[in-house]
Amino acid sequence: MSILSVKNVNKNFGGLKALNDVNLEVQEGTVHAIIGPNGAGKSTLLNCFIGRLIPDTGSVTFNGQSLLGIQPHEINQAGVSRVFQTPEIFEELSLIENVMIPAFATRDGAFTINAWHGVSDEGLLRDKASEMLADVGLAEKRHDIAGQLSRGDKRRLELAMCLVQDPRLLLLDEPTAGMARADTNNTIDLMKRIASRGMTMVVIEHDMHVVFSLAERISVLAQGTVIVEDQPENIKGNLKVQEAYLGGAHL
Amino acid sequence: MKQLFSLERKDVILLVCFTAAVFAGPILMKPLGAGYPDLLQKFAIFGIFALGFNILFGLTGYLSFGHAAFLGVGSYTAVWTFKLLSMNPVPAIIFATVIGGLFSAVIGFISLRRTGIYFSILTLAFAQMSYNLAYSVLTPITNGETGLQLNQADPRVLDIAFGRDYGAVLPSSDLFGIDMTGWPGFYFCATMLIICFFIALRIFRSPFGMMLRAIKSNQNRMMYTGFNTRPYALAAFVISGMYAGLAGGLMAVTDPLAGAERMQWTASGEVVLMTILGGAGTLLGPVIGAGAIKYFENIFSAYNDGILQEAFSFLPEGLQHVFVSVSSLFVGEGWHLTLGALFMLIVIFLPGGLMEGIRRIQVLISNRFGSGGGGADAKSNPAPAE
Ligand SMILES: Nc1ncnc2c1ncn2[C@@H]1O[C@H](COP(=O)(O)OP(=O)(O)OP(=O)(O)O)[C@@H](O)[C@H]1O
Ligand SMILES: [Mg+2]
Repeated sequence: MSILSVKNVNKNFGGLKALNDVNLEVQEGTVHAIIGPNGAGKSTLLNCFIGRLIPDTGSVTFNGQSLLGIQPHEINQAGVSRVFQTPEIFEELSLIENVMIPAFATRDGAFTINAWHGVSDEGLLRDKASEMLADVGLAEKRHDIAGQLSRGDKRRLELAMCLVQDPRLLLLDEPTAGMARADTNNTIDLMKRIASRGMTMVVIEHDMHVVFSLAERISVLAQGTVIVEDQPENIKGNLKVQEAYLGGAHL
Repeated sequence: MKQLFSLERKDVILLVCFTAAVFAGPILMKPLGAGYPDLLQKFAIFGIFALGFNILFGLTGYLSFGHAAFLGVGSYTAVWTFKLLSMNPVPAIIFATVIGGLFSAVIGFISLRRTGIYFSILTLAFAQMSYNLAYSVLTPITNGETGLQLNQADPRVLDIAFGRDYGAVLPSSDLFGIDMTGWPGFYFCATMLIICFFIALRIFRSPFGMMLRAIKSNQNRMMYTGFNTRPYALAAFVISGMYAGLAGGLMAVTDPLAGAERMQWTASGEVVLMTILGGAGTLLGPVIGAGAIKYFENIFSAYNDGILQEAFSFLPEGLQHVFVSVSSLFVGEGWHLTLGALFMLIVIFLPGGLMEGIRRIQVLISNRFGSGGGGADAKSNPAPAE
């Protein structure tokens, strides 16, 4: 069953056609990768899923509900979380607070005034957040201030912030960029574990090692158009894909 | 209900110390020449004002330039309560708080459609509008330039109903027979300050407070994390408006009149200075900042050329003249120059305000004398100061 359905989406920035009639079906419980050269429109496409951008035409449906014209927080409350290309975290707060905040959103909804008891009384939630930090390998840094982390660690923190929400659809915009090889491998393992629990993921990634070890389905985007969509084995040898990446240069 | 008063140990200690320091204010402030009730009342009242302002600015980062409007509304409301109902301060401050809250809900609702500098400008515009309205069309309510005052002929229905007659004298506010001027007035304000501090402490330590700090840190992340940020900011705005209303009400309790100048932008700017000077986002900072500004205002504005001439009388006449004329720029009416200089020094050298200074001294002391225990603790928890 397709959980995310994108139909004929167009998005122009001035004269630039960033997305040109994009169609995409993401099956529930699968990992779907989007690859393509720089500036292909991959991030722009994700922006259309979370309410950061509204497509000029076309439709985006999640779980039967249109995502167009509803607020970003409503989209998240419906079960969509995203890791951004440049980490969006709470730089001034500690790691544990960074992870507890999304957990509150999932537990208490978009707005509640919880002013009369301490954060320190939230043992369960804190434990859950600690567990997530341990999962991404940041347990010992949990009282550090998030702004002091390396770029790779920030990304892992953001991943923990999304995972603690147990989303139905997880969007990842280059989750391993800026990570050391060892951390990349740990992240791949973590994502495999999450995938095996049945979480649906859409992953944008430049690192083909990551893509081919995770994805069950791959869409190739070039200049705003999906040029191929297929299983990983078939993508590897596809000439169109090589052309898109290398600009037609000889292999 | 069980968790109503549950606080962590260090917060209990903080609250107890704060209470003790406030009630001992008359003794503590005496050596500084500030141990008299009128000034200490101001410390407490502006402490409340800044404490509330800090819940908005310190936590969410929304910088309002119009909070004096709520102070003014609180004062007008309190004086009207005196006139219509009773000289008892309790209904007066309740109404002042509630009306301050309602008024800030309206202004906040509109202003929070924008962020950053546009938000600040909107609040400033609303406050200046309120100020001008208080001077002009609203004269029947505010008594315009003269200011709203008590009158012997006021109805005071509750007082009359309970057989309280003030006779031919102009009444002053009293709490069941205790006159609210002088020391009792200070202790009344001090009690309110402690209650307000307790509430602020709860908010700071609560999930709600954490959400507000998260909004300041990264509003986008909050939205994509599933939070509707605007009602959070509005809640903080209204809470700070209620604090301001209460502070305005207390001003009227200790001195029952209300004038429009209380709403002017300079008054709004003052609470911004107090908060930043003390340390925005810290619990104690704004109270300390409010005290410091009111203290210096009092000291420096009292100086005049006569006192300066005496102070520099040890110098030869020519030099004395130069020193007196230069330093006289900084005192009396010109004390704002001193305030400006002080403010610049703090912002440049202690961007975290006086609280950062206190923390640095703590670290220094514990590094020098402790075997590192306290110092390590201060290092591992750099963010939230008390
Ligand atoms: N908000 C915007 N305003 C104007 N142009 C934009 C905006 N966002 C993206 N673009 C343009 O749209 C095109 C697609 O950008 P996008 O960020 O989606 O590419 P991408 O596939 O994610 O590339 P990368 O791999 O470098 O992240 C680029 O040419 C970019 O400059
Ligand atoms: Mg991108």
